[in-house]
Amino acid sequence: MNSTSTTRYSPVAMALHWILAIALVAIFSVGVYMADLPFSPQRLKLYNWHKWAGVCILILSVLRLLWRLTHTPPALPGQVVNAMPGWQTAAYHATHGLLYALFFIVPLVGWAYSSAAGFSIVLFGVLPLPDFVPADKALAELIKPWHEITAFAMAGLAAMHVAAALKHHFVDRDGLLQRMLPTANGQ
Amino acid sequence: MQEMTMKFSTLFKLGALGAALLVTAAHADQKLLPAQSEIGFVSKQMGVPVEGRFKKFDAQIAFDPKKPEVSKIAFTIDTGSATVGAPESDAELPKAPWFNVPKFPQASFQSSAVKGLGAGKFEVTGKLSIKGNVRDVVVPVTLTQNGATTVATGAFGLKRLGFKIGEGDWADTSMVADDVQVKFKLALSGIAKF
Repeated sequence: MNSTSTTRYSPVAMALHWILAIALVAIFSVGVYMADLPFSPQRLKLYNWHKWAGVCILILSVLRLLWRLTHTPPALPGQVVNAMPGWQTAAYHATHGLLYALFFIVPLVGWAYSSAAGFSIVLFGVLPLPDFVPADKALAELIKPWHEITAFAMAGLAAMHVAAALKHHFVDRDGLLQRMLPTANGQ
Repeated sequence: MQEMTMKFSTLFKLGALGAALLVTAAHADQKLLPAQSEIGFVSKQMGVPVEGRFKKFDAQIAFDPKKPEVSKIAFTIDTGSATVGAPESDAELPKAPWFNVPKFPQASFQSSAVKGLGAGKFEVTGKLSIKGNVRDVVVPVTLTQNGATTVATGAFGLKRLGFKIGEGDWADTSMVADDVQVKFKLALSGIAKF
């Protein structure tokens, strides 16, 4: 019996997980860096790249959610479930649920802010995207802090997610991390 | 002989001045109504259209719709009144790479020819001067009259680098396109019916 196929994530789920993990770290870093830059072509360039990347991440997140809803992820191994106290199980579900919600909320709030500030998003400089909020200075000021707040919330949750994965791997040594690693050879 | 020439010359100048005064008198009541007028521009930043406008401008107009060819249209625009609606961008516009307001506080337009195309449409040719750079422009204008007010609308394109608007790092047209669209709506009083 090949237990690997049922205990590990599928290649598509792994690809989406790791591509988005790298993309989110990159876009978050660029976002934090660019916000303090003085007015310059460099700043304008980074802002536009950040917006384009955000739209791509939003699209990938839609694909990822669709994949997740149509494919059952591998269940947690019995010994891991048994070893987890109730609060950890609750935190595990809450973290995953909130992360998924934020995969959509953060880019959509950013998009709304850009539109409200009067800068429509033109994907890759060629494809104009619709504005779902009007250009309105007061609205822009209202939205502005929320892109940052939700992004930092996502970063905090992602840090918890990573910390929990590393704890399972290095402290509990229960092989849980192998489920998301393409080259896993031990179960 | 020399005295004679001088006299003729003086007479001629007086005559010209008189004619100019007459023209001015005939059009003295032609005025721009700034509160109902707009001069805007659209530039593209990495493909994103960004709208801006000038808040302060004035015009000296001597325009007869029936004799457009003798008309004179002059504009002055305060470059320091440019806004794109974003405070951090607005703070940059008066600086040297953009409008260089301390050195060039005004942009101007002076018509050289006005041609009637019929049905309230005109073609105004003239010199546009921004940052000390003068370029010929042809501006299509449509007039509509409503009571005592005549509204002139139109749009034309210009190349920002031809006027050195956005120098240095900002000269990169992959960041800010060279083509800028200028749009205007000018409310005028005292224009004769046509």
